[in-house]
Amino acid sequence: MRYSAAKILWQGLTGNRGWKSVWREPQPKSEYDIIVVGGGGHGLATAYYLAKKFGHKNIAVLEKGWIGSGNVGRNTTIIRSNYLLPGNGPFYEMSMKLWENLEQELNYNAMVSQRGVVYLSHSDAQRDTLARRGNAMRLAGADAVLLDEAEVRKNFPYFDYDNARFPITGGLLQPRGGTARHDGVVWGYARAADQLGVDIIQNCEVTNFLIDNGVCSGVETSRGVIKAKKTAVCVAGSSSKVMAKANMRLPIESHVLQAYVTEGLKPVIPGVVVFGAGHFYISQSDKGGLVFGGDVDGYNTYAQRGGMPVLEHSCEGGVALMPMISRARVLRTWGGLVDMSMDGSPFIDKTAISGLYFNGGWCYGGFKATPASGYCYAHLIAKDTYHPNAAAYRLDRYLSGRMLDERGVGAQPNLH
Amino acid sequence: MIINHPLLGPRDASEFYYLGDASLINRPDWQAEDAIAQFHDYLYLRDNPAGKHRELWYHEQGDRSWLVVTRDTTTHEITKVELARDVALTGGQDK
Repeated sequence: MRYSAAKILWQGLTGNRGWKSVWREPQPKSEYDIIVVGGGGHGLATAYYLAKKFGHKNIAVLEKGWIGSGNVGRNTTIIRSNYLLPGNGPFYEMSMKLWENLEQELNYNAMVSQRGVVYLSHSDAQRDTLARRGNAMRLAGADAVLLDEAEVRKNFPYFDYDNARFPITGGLLQPRGGTARHDGVVWGYARAADQLGVDIIQNCEVTNFLIDNGVCSGVETSRGVIKAKKTAVCVAGSSSKVMAKANMRLPIESHVLQAYVTEGLKPVIPGVVVFGAGHFYISQSDKGGLVFGGDVDGYNTYAQRGGMPVLEHSCEGGVALMPMISRARVLRTWGGLVDMSMDGSPFIDKTAISGLYFNGGWCYGGFKATPASGYCYAHLIAKDTYHPNAAAYRLDRYLSGRMLDERGVGAQPNLH
Repeated sequence: MIINHPLLGPRDASEFYYLGDASLINRPDWQAEDAIAQFHDYLYLRDNPAGKHRELWYHEQGDRSWLVVTRDTTTHEITKVELARDVALTGGQDK
């Protein structure tokens, strides 16, 4: 069923009794051409682009819980393409372009809102760094505007500009950045993939891979053996756990990243603000809640919850930047498991096992990458060649010396 | 989290700096034939288990000793805390 304004009006007049399930609940078949392991944003996007752009028909997405129950439902919904390195910039800009047309393509409201993302600077040196980043962004095809203090002040009159430690000297704005509705992205991709014949199989945990003589021929699941010519793993947050079943050790540590939301307030924050020096970023949801976050907790964990010291630290950063929020009350906090890689950048690659593919290591930035990750992963699975925009995301890049370290802090995952 | 320091008793985890898997104590032999591969695995690959994990914590805000903490990554329960020095000496290193 295609959604349209006329349909909503008609359903409204007839008691909303005509809506149908948005996707099927199929039983798993015994064999598929391609299995995508993981029904998060990236997995569903991969299945969608495999069916839509690469002409595959016989695809299943296997999800341990319900679709969108992992990180795609536990993030702060920011989309941006403000990357510095040549291996990253074009990829994230591709993602931004896909975001811009996503709702029309999927016929689903993902609430993509390009309200702008601004990074603040506090010294001349930092301003130079932002100017360099802005130039790199523009070379990669993205948009970037360097703001002086007066221009930041115009949009955000309530910042503490004369803070003794971090006076605000300007910022780097990406006007096309913004936010999207995380669940809308999941449901939109799931519905569109389902309509193209993809079987989305929920409550189906992959318990092992069928690997013989270096060839993967499918998976064992909690709902039986499912064969496939190609198996594509896409389970960021649990990558090490799942790939251990294929005897692979990954350059990844699992960490928890917390996020927080306050009670609903009147519109006050027009875009996304990143106060990197204070380990704090914030945006305001359409419901009015201030959605904010900071750093990872910093130690290996598979518990989807963080500790109070990091919550306190994030709140301190927030109050230092905008003292007026000191009286806003935090309603909810949550934590998502992130695959922290050794250089802070992701992987979209084949493995040494024929027929087994891997996508993961998204650190705390997987949400914005969802469309391009799905597209480039689908490209790799369908053609067995790297998409030019994702060619740098190789598992062997540490051995070959081609690290993608945006922060420049080395092989220390909790610092990225 | 509270880490029960072998010398100082229970200390808050926020006094510590976290480095990661305690396998980092076991530096490969730089003269080995396959030293490059060994150092790649040592530096970049991790078991990253869900469950018992032996890891290095540095008591930066305290006595500046390195500890090997055995902690469950699914519950954050700490079951054992040792001085990294003792672990290294027991493992055959000379300092």
